[in-house]
Amino acid sequence: MMLTAKNLSVAGRLNDVTSALEPSRITAICGPNGAGKSTLLDLLAGLEKPDTGKVLLGETPLATLSPHERGRRLGYLPQTAQIAWDVPVRSLVELGRMPHGDNNRAPVDDAMTALDITALADRRAQSLSGGETARVLLARVLAGEPEWILADEPLAALDLAHQLALLRHLRAAADGGTGVVLVLHDLALAMNHADHVVVLDRGRIAANGTCKDALDTQIIERVWKVAAHWIGEPGQRALVT
Amino acid sequence: MSRAVLILLALLALAFPLSLLAGRVWLDPASTPNAALILAQLRLPRSVLALIVGAGLGASGAAMQGYLRNPLADPGLFGIAPGAALGAVVALWFGFTASPWLLPLFALIGAGGAMALLAAIAGRTGGIALFTLAGLMVASLAGALTALAISMAPNAFAMSEIVMWLNGALTDRSWREVWLAAPLVLAGIVLLWRSGKSLDALTLGEPVARSLGVEPGRLLWLLIMGVGLTVGASVAVAGIIGFVGLIVPHLVRPLTDRRPSQLIVPSALAGALLVLVADSAVRVLPLVTELRLGIGLSLLGAPFFLWLLLRMRRGLT
Repeated sequence: MMLTAKNLSVAGRLNDVTSALEPSRITAICGPNGAGKSTLLDLLAGLEKPDTGKVLLGETPLATLSPHERGRRLGYLPQTAQIAWDVPVRSLVELGRMPHGDNNRAPVDDAMTALDITALADRRAQSLSGGETARVLLARVLAGEPEWILADEPLAALDLAHQLALLRHLRAAADGGTGVVLVLHDLALAMNHADHVVVLDRGRIAANGTCKDALDTQIIERVWKVAAHWIGEPGQRALVT
Repeated sequence: MSRAVLILLALLALAFPLSLLAGRVWLDPASTPNAALILAQLRLPRSVLALIVGAGLGASGAAMQGYLRNPLADPGLFGIAPGAALGAVVALWFGFTASPWLLPLFALIGAGGAMALLAAIAGRTGGIALFTLAGLMVASLAGALTALAISMAPNAFAMSEIVMWLNGALTDRSWREVWLAAPLVLAGIVLLWRSGKSLDALTLGEPVARSLGVEPGRLLWLLIMGVGLTVGASVAVAGIIGFVGLIVPHLVRPLTDRRPSQLIVPSALAGALLVLVADSAVRVLPLVTELRLGIGLSLLGAPFFLWLLLRMRRGLT
C-alpha cells in the first residue's frame, strides 16, 4: 500500500512536503544537516503529528489508526541503537511481535534466520558488536512483519561490509513487497541502492524522483553547495568533489 | 514460573514461620503462655504487614528502574513517599491520633496529592525528563513542608512523634493496618505488573516503544497509580522505609533475564523477604528500645550496597 505525505508542515522544520512512496522499493530521504529528514521520517512513522497536512497509508489517514495497528503496519528503526538492559537477543527480536499481541514464534525465527543471528539468540544484547546489534535491531523490525520499514540512518554507525550486508537485507525485504524508507547521509549509497530519492532542503522538497534525477549534480550543487560529479557505472557510482 | 520466583517463594516459606517465632521473647508454641494470642494478634499481623510493605516497595522499585531505564532509580524519586509522609506528619502535628484510621488516611491523601501533582505536570506529554524533574520537585516540596512542620511543632511530644514516625517501623501494628494496606498494595502491584510489556519495549528507547504501540501517557498513568498505591499505602502503615525499592531490583536482576517485565514479581517477593527478615532482626537485637526498621534497613543496606557496588564496579562501568 502506498505511503503518502500530503502537505506536511511542522513549524520551523518542514514546509509543505508532499510525496507518494511506493511499496516494494527502497526510498532514500537525503539532504544536508537540519533539512528535516528525521522529522519527515518520524511523521511518516506516525511518531510525530504534523502541524498541518497528513500522512496516508493507502487511503487511511495514519492519525486514525490505533497505536497498535500503526505498530503492526509500520516498522521503525531509530538512528542510534539504544539497548538499556542486558537482555537476551531473542527477547529483543520478540518485541517486534508486541503490536500483534501474540508470541508467534515463526516470524521471529524467520527474521533471525534472514539476518543470520540465530546463533546469537541466547547472547546478551550488550555483548554484541556494532554490526551484530544492527542486525538484531533490524530483525526486531522484520519480526513484526510490517508493510513499511522506516529507518533513520541505519548505516551510519556501520563499517562498509556491514553497510552492504544491511542494504542487502533491506533489498530482500523490498523484493518481498515491503516498502523501505531510509534517511541516508551518504549520497553514493543512496545513488547506488535506492530506487527513489527525496531530497530535502531547509524543510522543503528540492528534488523527488529516481536516484539519477534527484541526485543530479546540479541539484547537489544547489542543495549542498558543493560542486561534485558522479563517476563509475550505474550501481557502482562514486561522488567526486 | 521462573527460577527467581521459585527460589524466592521457597525462602519466604522458610522465613515466614521463623519470623512468627522471632522476637524479644522467642515463641515456643508448646510452652509460652498465651502463645496463640501473641501469634494471632501481634506476630502474625506484623509479619503479614512486613510482607505487604516489602512487596509493594520492591515491585515499585523494579518498575521505576525499568521506566527510567536507570538502575539508580528509586520510588522515592516520584515524590510519592515524601507526599505520604507529609500527610502523616500533618496528622501528627494536629494531634489527630484519636482514631487509628486518621494517620494512614492522611498519609494516603498526601500520596494522592503527590500523584495528582505529578500527573498534572507531566501526565499529558509523558516525557521522562519532565516527569523525573516533576517528581524531584514534589519530593523536595513535601520534604520542605515536613521540615517546616517539625520545626514548628506545637510541642516536644508532637515533634518526637513525628521524627520517630518518619523512621518507619512495624511496631505495634494490628490487623487493621493489614486490611488497610493489603488491597491497595495488591492493586498497585497488579498495575505495575501490567506495565511490564511496555517497560520491555522502552528498553529500545522511547521512539521505538511508541512505534510498537506503547502510549507514553497511558504508561505514565499506570506507573503513577501503581507506585502511588504501593508506596502510598506502605508509608501510610509503616512510615518511610527507604532503600528496599533501590536495592531489591539489583539483587533480583541477575536471577532473571533482565527484562523489566520479568523483574517486577520477583522484586515484590524479594522485597517482602527483605522487610520480613529485617523486621525480625530488629525484634531480636538485644537493645533497650527496639531499633526502628527504617534505620535498621539503612544501616544494614547501605554498607551492603557499597560492597555490592565495589564488587560490580567493572560490570557497571
